[in-house]
Amino acid sequence: MRLELGNILIKDIQFGKGTKIVDGVLYVNKEELTNLLLEDENIVDVSIEMARPGESIRITPVKDVIEPRVKVEGPGSIFPGVLSKVETVGTGRTHVLKGAAVVTTGKIVAFQEGIVDMTGPGADYTPFSKLNNVVISCDVKEGLKQHEHEKTLRMVGLKSSKYLGEVGRNVEPDEVNTYETLPLIKSIEKYPELPKVAYVQMLQSQGLMHDTYIYGVDAKKTLSTLINPTEIMDGAIISGNCVSACDKNTTYHHLNNPVIHDLFEKHGKEINFVGMIITNENVYLADKERSSNWTAKLAEYLGVDGVIISQEGFGNPDTDLIMNCKKIEEKGIDTVIITDEYAGRDGGSQSLADADPKADAVVTGGNANEVIKLPPMNKIIGDISVVDKIAGGFDGSLEDDGSIVVEIQAITGATNELGFNELTAKGF
Amino acid sequence: MSKIKIVHYINQFFAGIGGEEKADYKPEVRESIVGPGMEFNKRFGDEAEIVATIICGDSYFNENIDKAKSEIIDMVRKYRPDLFIAGPAFNAGRYGVACGTIANAVKEELSIPVLSGMYEENPGADMFKKDIYIMHTKNSAAGMRKAIKTMAPFAIKLAKGEDIGSPNEEGYMARGNRKNYFADKRGSTRAVDMLIKKLNKEKYETEFPMPNFDRVDPNPAIKDISKSKVALVTSGGIVPKGNPDHIESSSASKYGKYDIQGISDLTSETYETAHGGYDPVYANEDADRVLPVDVLRDLENEGKIGELHRYFYTTTGNGTAVASAKAFAEEFAKELIADGVNAVILTST
Repeated sequence: MRLELGNILIKDIQFGKGTKIVDGVLYVNKEELTNLLLEDENIVDVSIEMARPGESIRITPVKDVIEPRVKVEGPGSIFPGVLSKVETVGTGRTHVLKGAAVVTTGKIVAFQEGIVDMTGPGADYTPFSKLNNVVISCDVKEGLKQHEHEKTLRMVGLKSSKYLGEVGRNVEPDEVNTYETLPLIKSIEKYPELPKVAYVQMLQSQGLMHDTYIYGVDAKKTLSTLINPTEIMDGAIISGNCVSACDKNTTYHHLNNPVIHDLFEKHGKEINFVGMIITNENVYLADKERSSNWTAKLAEYLGVDGVIISQEGFGNPDTDLIMNCKKIEEKGIDTVIITDEYAGRDGGSQSLADADPKADAVVTGGNANEVIKLPPMNKIIGDISVVDKIAGGFDGSLEDDGSIVVEIQAITGATNELGFNELTAKGF
Repeated sequence: MSKIKIVHYINQFFAGIGGEEKADYKPEVRESIVGPGMEFNKRFGDEAEIVATIICGDSYFNENIDKAKSEIIDMVRKYRPDLFIAGPAFNAGRYGVACGTIANAVKEELSIPVLSGMYEENPGADMFKKDIYIMHTKNSAAGMRKAIKTMAPFAIKLAKGEDIGSPNEEGYMARGNRKNYFADKRGSTRAVDMLIKKLNKEKYETEFPMPNFDRVDPNPAIKDISKSKVALVTSGGIVPKGNPDHIESSSASKYGKYDIQGISDLTSETYETAHGGYDPVYANEDADRVLPVDVLRDLENEGKIGELHRYFYTTTGNGTAVASAKAFAEEFAKELIADGVNAVILTST
């Protein structure tokens, strides 16, 4: 399976009469996009705003971040099984509006999630402060149930990003990269001397605002399975979760999964990256046992020498992480796990909810409990009053001058467990 | 700049007074450099000096801890030192415990930096490495010169308030404090590099050494539950509607204690969850799903349990530090015992 990704570098975003890209500037027709979103009868009002790197803007509560992409060659379309037919994606060519993103915000239940600051100290902790963001806030009709509300906002993000991605269809990309996964046997024949490596991606699947979808199917109703890395670049996996935003994968993270990119980087040189396993993180013990058994079984069947396992979330999924690690190590396969920590505000508490001596190669995205003061911003997009209730916020988080004192777990993507960031922690 | 003033603590053995037969030696202060202090002073050069040495027998210290502590702290205070060094104690158990105890007490009472050195299996190391800096040493005094070679420059660093590097860089025992920083490479690149090293059997360093996990053995089963007073405790965040005590949705800093006398059912009008880590819809519809007051009232009425305790205790487990959870439970466990509760049902989510 071979995919060309053509990056169209977006330097700026502006509202304009027509939605188009001119000299690296993405122009957005506000009215057209608003009308498209209002087609959903659950939505009564739409507000679209721009947030660019360095601007004094705070966006909260952030639900999802999505990179606009369009499929220009090959079967299927972006976000298969959700916005288009369930066709297998991941081959041909896809154009990417690199540097632009859609950010959705909205208040769904009592506790709300995710802060993105476009400048100041908070901006260092979120990758989305470096993007040109089209921020969409929606009011929904009264009485809409929470699960429906969540789905509505999820679709708003995907639809907007598809709409924007479409304008990149006929634009010549600034750079084109090719990614290819061969059938297993051919891959082994091609690089017989290199160690075989697979990637095990754990997907959050604990319930409302903790869900992930693969080709439209809810991850909690799946068994661990194989997927091609390039399918993910075409939107085969989308995010439906944002609670404790620091270590949840937005759809943007999935599309740009850094483990996949870094494994491809070493592929054919130091390792043979043969493929990828996805597995869920359900709340029941029997599900955890079944999924981790299945993951270990697939890793053994692929005959790999090593795997990287990435987690999503914390606490309850720490159990899944350790089960996956232990069972795969027991098959004689080397593992490296990527996680983050909840070591308390002083860093002195136990970091994980589960542990095992076999997990002897760990990469950490940092201590999510560490506290940060975010100075006031000139403009708030979304609803700042929710900060007290954001996971990572506490009573009195919002100060009179508009600054907030929160744990970094409130910042979208801060301790990402795909290893998206440089942030990490060490023991003193 | 004047020299850094240091007070040094050693036991009767290293002071050359005697071995076990002199272990009841009472605290004594000498305004001179004694025993291992010589080597320290050599290493300090012009930067620091030992202004006093305190000598105390190991048995005396450990058998009269409070008295010895206050006597020695008074002696230290007199010299207004910039730093306090105890030991090194190598693998001498009672000496190690004494060094850790007195160094920690000096740190608390006089608010000055303190330092000790021990072999990793010295019981004093486990007891105090979280509280004070303890340098790694060999298991016997044969390692004296080597120990002091690392302790002396680190002592000066501490006294000057300079930035302290990681345990590996400096040679002290990890204190278990995790601190964030920005690395040169992103996490995924670090993971791939680590995996390649692991596959090639090369040396690599994990970013998070697995802790010795705290496992709690369940208590033996209760012989007759029909006579027991049962309490409900939850980390599922069930609170009276409106969350009156503002228990955080994640990383809780507190717990709540609520009266359920006369309540036989939790309803969506009266109770809800404050927990931010799971789908709250079903708990908000019927909080008994997390905190089963309804079923326990039935069991109480049927005589299957003695009685349901009048109060329940609640917090959110979501992202809450284990140390905080432990502290909450230590506090309310005392209340439960005082209230005559002999069984607790702990529910989580």
